[in-house]
Amino acid sequence: MAAPSSSRIQQVSYLWTDERLRGIAFQLLVVAGLALVFAFIIWNTATNLKNAGLASGYGFLQDAASFDINQRLIDYDSTSSYGRAFLVGGLNTVLVAVLGIAAATGIGFLVGLMRLSRNFLVSRIASVYVELARNIPLLLQIIFWWVIILALPRVRDSISVGDVLFLNNRGIRMPQPIFEDAFQFVLALIVAGVVGTFFLARWARRRHELTGRTFPVGWSAVGLILGLPGLSMLVIGVPVSLEIPLQGTFNFEGGFNVTPELIALWLALSLYTGAFISEVVRSGILAVDKGQIEAARAVGLPPGLRTRKIILPQALRVIIPPLTNQYLNLTKNSSLAVVIGYQDIVSIGETVLNQSGQALEVISIYMAFYLTLSLLTSLLMNWYNKRTALVRER
Amino acid sequence: MFFRDQSEMLPARAAPITEVGIVGWLRINLFSSYANAALTLVSLAFILLVIPPFIGWVLIEAQFSGDTGEACTGLGACWAWVDQRLGQFFYGFYPTEAHWRVNVTAVLLVPAILYVLVDNLPGARFGRWFSYVYPLLAAYLLVGGFGLDVIQTDKFGGFMLNMVVGLTGIVLSLPIGILLALGRQSRLPVIRLLSIAFIEAVRGVPLITLLFVAIVLLQLFLPPEVSLDQLLRVIIMVTLFASAYMAEVVRGGLQAIPKGQIEGAQAVGLGYWQTMRLIVLPQALRISIPGIVNTFIGLFKDTTLVIIIGLFDLLGHARLLQTNPDWIGDVDHEAYLFSAAVFFLVCFLMSRYSVSLEKQLSKDRH
Repeated sequence: MAAPSSSRIQQVSYLWTDERLRGIAFQLLVVAGLALVFAFIIWNTATNLKNAGLASGYGFLQDAASFDINQRLIDYDSTSSYGRAFLVGGLNTVLVAVLGIAAATGIGFLVGLMRLSRNFLVSRIASVYVELARNIPLLLQIIFWWVIILALPRVRDSISVGDVLFLNNRGIRMPQPIFEDAFQFVLALIVAGVVGTFFLARWARRRHELTGRTFPVGWSAVGLILGLPGLSMLVIGVPVSLEIPLQGTFNFEGGFNVTPELIALWLALSLYTGAFISEVVRSGILAVDKGQIEAARAVGLPPGLRTRKIILPQALRVIIPPLTNQYLNLTKNSSLAVVIGYQDIVSIGETVLNQSGQALEVISIYMAFYLTLSLLTSLLMNWYNKRTALVRER
Repeated sequence: MFFRDQSEMLPARAAPITEVGIVGWLRINLFSSYANAALTLVSLAFILLVIPPFIGWVLIEAQFSGDTGEACTGLGACWAWVDQRLGQFFYGFYPTEAHWRVNVTAVLLVPAILYVLVDNLPGARFGRWFSYVYPLLAAYLLVGGFGLDVIQTDKFGGFMLNMVVGLTGIVLSLPIGILLALGRQSRLPVIRLLSIAFIEAVRGVPLITLLFVAIVLLQLFLPPEVSLDQLLRVIIMVTLFASAYMAEVVRGGLQAIPKGQIEGAQAVGLGYWQTMRLIVLPQALRISIPGIVNTFIGLFKDTTLVIIIGLFDLLGHARLLQTNPDWIGDVDHEAYLFSAAVFFLVCFLMSRYSVSLEKQLSKDRH
């Protein structure tokens, strides 16, 4: 009678030592544990909400927001809905992110090249800037620029740049381009030029690969994108006029105003991220094998072509992934706008939260917004990586 | 004969003055071509335009004494507030008679860190233990209890708050980060999926949204009778935030370990946890130290975000000074410049350390 029971024990201990079964058991345990934690949280939240008499759900997005937003890209007034307010905020985040990414990329490439310069002073100035910008908290930099802009003279004593731009403590007053109806025609021509260039470049590349003959794609692109609309404007006249701001005693007439908040945030984000991008650029260029440059020199490529055809394509493969990471960082960091009151999605969401008390919903909107941006970027990134990955033969 | 006698060889001439010494250095580094010379001149002009006025403003024309902003009459910076406010900038509203507790904690931090980072220190065995006990000791010293006066965490502030949030965040995030990194590489699909989801979700959102969770949602998630200290809530969210980044750093280290190490461990009969604990992690963590230091620098800078949810760190106290009726309008730039200098000093030194460590590691590997 002892034999069967011992074999049963053995079977049970087989269960325990079987790696696959143990893995499944462990995973089940983790899932069960997490489910318990979530159930606990949901239960608590439900009770707390009921006790506080708060409704949950996204219905409040239809309600009138009844607060003003002076920084906006689309129509909005205080009778618009909360949902519309979020849209305005999201677009403001995208606005400062796009402006910041453009400037940070420019700064990053310039400073990255400066740091590699053989000129001692140039590389030293670049590295001092990089160390300063990287090692001071971004939030401090944002506040610092904001304080500096607010210390500019009042409107009546605005600093005028050529009587076109005016700097004062309410920001920058700029000429506003006014588009006439005919502009749509020119715009269509520009779009046609871009599309045409795209196909031309594809055709030229294929021909180059097949026959070795080159085609001046760069100049044709200039001709197509700028030349065609330019010619048409010669015929029909320029359909854009600039409305130059006129200085009054208390305010300006005409033109449009860039708020101090946008300027401060944009400056700080660009200078901060620019420093990180310069490091990315520098290490990308340093990663290009020296033999490649020597070989290019040996076959007699002039310096310009050497950079364009040999160094950059190889450096970019190293640069692009961390560069996208920096772009994402910049976008997420733009949320610090709330400190100086730039009306991005976080800042507007905070107002909505204080008015409506819908904390759970507002924060879930934040997270969904940023996660969507991250996800889109990483999808784009994977696509790019796949395209430029080294094709290893054999 | 057209060749000389060997004994009459000409003495070696000194290298041309244009190649060596100061002149040579200048020529090669600054004036190698017209374009380069132009760059040099532009850079020099830039330096002269920026540095002397800055030093003049900060030091030479600066004002150092006075009790209120009315004393700030000079053309230069006004540092008259420093003697009044320095304590607040570093200790927040922590009671003055208890400042020694912060100081002792700070001083003890030095050996606690050194024993973790540096090998072969005298008394290493005891030192390691000290490092492990230090967080508890620090918590005891700062908060009090058991004989020391209890000091509420809402009194924490200034630079000390940055240190407390940053260091606690990084220390607590290390074990969680390691588990997440192992989870991401696990062969168990559920574990892998959960780890990836957590890491990517946290890395995809800004810290500020997590801090909002800390102040408005965390309370909602817990039973009403549990009420968490605000600082504790912030630290929880900061830790979760940091552990996602830490996981990626550790993953980098794990991926650098040759597969042969794991196979070797399996061959001698070690199980998964033994392999990780005894073979893989010691090597992986060693490689990850520069990355961990960089994560810490990032986290440390991010601790300034606590001002958004109403805590007063160093930056918060700079803002308090800027808006103080006694000083308003007179020290706008000085207060921030001072905080920037403190942060810069700490972060710059850490980043230098991380760079030198990286160099050391790459030397060891070759």
